[in-house]
Amino acid sequence: MPIFSNEARHKRQALFDMLFRGLTRTSASAVLILLAAIIGSLIMGSMPAIREFGFGFLTSSEWDPVNDEFGALIPIIGTLVTSGIALIIAIPVSFGIALFLTELSPRILRRPLGIAIELLAGIPSIIYGMWGLFVFAPLFADHIEPWINDHIGTISYIGPFFSGPPMGIGILTAGIILAIMVIPFIASVMRDVFEVVPTLLKESAYGLGSTTWEVMWNVVLPYTKVGVAGGIMLGLGRALGETMAVTFVIGNAHEISKSLLMPGNSISSALANEFNEAVGDIYTSSLIELGLILFFITFVVLSIARYMLYKLGKLEGKAS
Amino acid sequence: MNSKLKQLITGLAAATVVVYAGASHAGNITGAGATFPYPVYAKWAEAYNAQTGVEMNYQSIGSGGGIKQIKAKTVDFGATDAPMEPNELSLLGMAQFPTVIGGVVPVLNVEGIAPGQLKLTSAALADIFLGKITKWNDPKIAENNKGVNLPDLAITVVHRADGSGTTFIFTDYLSKVSSEWKSSVGTDKAVSWPVGTGGKGNEGVASYVQRIKGSVGYVEYAYALQNKMTYAQLQNRDGQYVSPTDDSFKAAAANAKWNPDEGFYEILTNEPGKDSWPITGATFILVYKTAQNAGTAKDVLKFFDWAYTNGDKMASDLNYVPLPANVVDMIRGSWKAQIKDTSGKAIW
Repeated sequence: MPIFSNEARHKRQALFDMLFRGLTRTSASAVLILLAAIIGSLIMGSMPAIREFGFGFLTSSEWDPVNDEFGALIPIIGTLVTSGIALIIAIPVSFGIALFLTELSPRILRRPLGIAIELLAGIPSIIYGMWGLFVFAPLFADHIEPWINDHIGTISYIGPFFSGPPMGIGILTAGIILAIMVIPFIASVMRDVFEVVPTLLKESAYGLGSTTWEVMWNVVLPYTKVGVAGGIMLGLGRALGETMAVTFVIGNAHEISKSLLMPGNSISSALANEFNEAVGDIYTSSLIELGLILFFITFVVLSIARYMLYKLGKLEGKAS
Repeated sequence: MNSKLKQLITGLAAATVVVYAGASHAGNITGAGATFPYPVYAKWAEAYNAQTGVEMNYQSIGSGGGIKQIKAKTVDFGATDAPMEPNELSLLGMAQFPTVIGGVVPVLNVEGIAPGQLKLTSAALADIFLGKITKWNDPKIAENNKGVNLPDLAITVVHRADGSGTTFIFTDYLSKVSSEWKSSVGTDKAVSWPVGTGGKGNEGVASYVQRIKGSVGYVEYAYALQNKMTYAQLQNRDGQYVSPTDDSFKAAAANAKWNPDEGFYEILTNEPGKDSWPITGATFILVYKTAQNAGTAKDVLKFFDWAYTNGDKMASDLNYVPLPANVVDMIRGSWKAQIKDTSGKAIW
C-alpha cells in the first residue's frame, strides 16, 4: 500500500516535472522565435529600400521624402557620435560614483545615495527629454556654449568641432543628456561588482601601504574588469537605442556638420519622428531599414562586448 | 502539433474578433488619423455623446496612419490633413470632405520686434527657408519694413522634424510662390530642408523658436496664440499684408473653389482675395463611397452633420475656424450624391 502511493506520487511528480520542463522550454524558445520573427519582418519590410538603394543606402547622406531618395549615413553617424559622447562622459563619472560608494562614503550616506542612483535609472526617458529641452538646453545655450565657443572653439584642430551658434540643442546636448541617462546603469553595475571584491585583497594592498587610488586601480579594477566592461556595454546599449530624450534635444536636422554644437539626427529619433506620417513604399521601407541597421549595430556592439568578456574571463585564470 | 497550433491560433483570432465586434456595438463609430483636429473632434464627440448617447472614438495617430487604417477598413472613417488626390480617391472608392480650417503662421524671435510688426513678402519667406536670406537686416526684408529696427543677427530656421500636415500646407504655399522652392525642395509632409533645425511637433517648433534668438519657424495658429508668439504679417496674392486671424482664414476658405466631385481637393494656400491669409488649410475626413454597413456609414455622417450644425462655437473656442455655410451645404449635397449602400441607394 505505501509502495503503491509512493509510485503514484512519483508518477505525479514526473508529470509535473515534464509539464514544468515543457513550460520553461516554451518560454525560452519563445524568445528565439520572437527574435527571429522581428529580424524576419524587419528584413521583409526593408526589402523595397534594399532593392532600390542597395549598399548605397549606408553611405548616402540624402534624405528627401519628396523625391523618394533616402540614405542612412547621417542618422548612423548621429547615433554613434551621441552614444560615444555619452560614454566618454559617463564612464569616469560612474567610476567616481561607484568608487565613492564602495570605498570612501560614510556608512550612513551609502544607502540614500545608492537609492538615489536607482531612482535616477527609473525616470522615464521622456522626462529626461523635456527636462533637456526646457531646462538644460537654455542654460547650456546661455552659459556654457558661449564659453565653449570662446575657449575650446579657438583651439586649432579640435576647434571646428566646438564652434557654432549657441542654440542649446544639437549633438553635444544629446550626448550629455544620454550620459546622464546611462550613468545610473553603469554606476550601479560598477558598485555591485566592486562590492564583491574580497576584503582580504583590499586590506592586503592597504596593508602594503597603497593609497585608495592604487587599491582601486591595481586591485579592484583588475579583479572586476569583466563586470565593469559589462556595465559599460549595458550603458552603451541603452544609449544607442534611446529615442524620446534624444529626439527632443538633438535638433533633428538631416545634415552633417563638423561641429558638435550643430543639430543632427539619430536613427531612433528619425524613426520616432517620421514613421507616423510616412506615406509610400520606399519611404516606409527606408525607415524600416534604418531600424534594421540599428538592430545590427546593437547586435554587433553586444557581440563585441560578449567576446571581450569571454577573452577577459579566460585571462582571469592566468596570473595577471 | 502543427494542427493543434493552428487550431489555437484560429481560436485566439476568433476570440479577438468577437471582443472587437463587441467593443464597437451598434451606434458607436470609430475613426483614426490626423493629430491636428484631434482636440476639436474629441470635444465634438463628448458633446455628441452627452446629447445622443452615441460614442465616437477617435485615435489621433497621424494622417498617414489614418489613411492606412481606413484602407484596411479597421475604422469607420479616416482623417487626414493633406487631402487625398482625386484620382487616388476614385481608385480607392472613397469620398472626402473637409471639417474645419486652420492656419499656419510664421513665428519669430527677434528682440525688439513686436507681434505682427514684421511684414514679409512671399519671396522673402521662401528665401529665408531656402537659406538665401541669412541675416535679419537683409535688404529684401528691410525694404518692406521701414521703421522697424532690424538687427544684424543670423537667422536660424526652425522646421518640423516629424512628418506633418502643417509642413504639407507650409511647403505647398512655398512651392506656389517660389519656383526655386518647387524645383529644389517641393511639397510634402516631410521634405529635405535646405537649412535649419527640426522640432518635434508644433510644441517642439514653438519651444525652439522661443529659445533660439534670431529664429523663425512655422506653427499652427493655435500654438502661436497660446504661446503668445511673435508672428509676421504676410503679403497675400492680392498684394495686401494680412495678419493671421479667424477672419483672414475664413476669407481664404470662402474664396476657394471647392469641388465636391474631386473630393473637395483644395489646399487653401495662396488663395485670392484681399483679406485672405495665404497659408491656410482644411483638414479632411475619408469614408467609403459604397458602404458595406449602411447603418454605420449613416452614423458617421450623422455625427459630422451634427458637428456642422452645433460644433462651430466649440471649434472657435479651440482656435479652429468653422467652414463657411455655403461649403457645408455643398458637403451635405455631396453626401447625397456620392455615398451609397451596397444596393446603390443613397444613404444620406
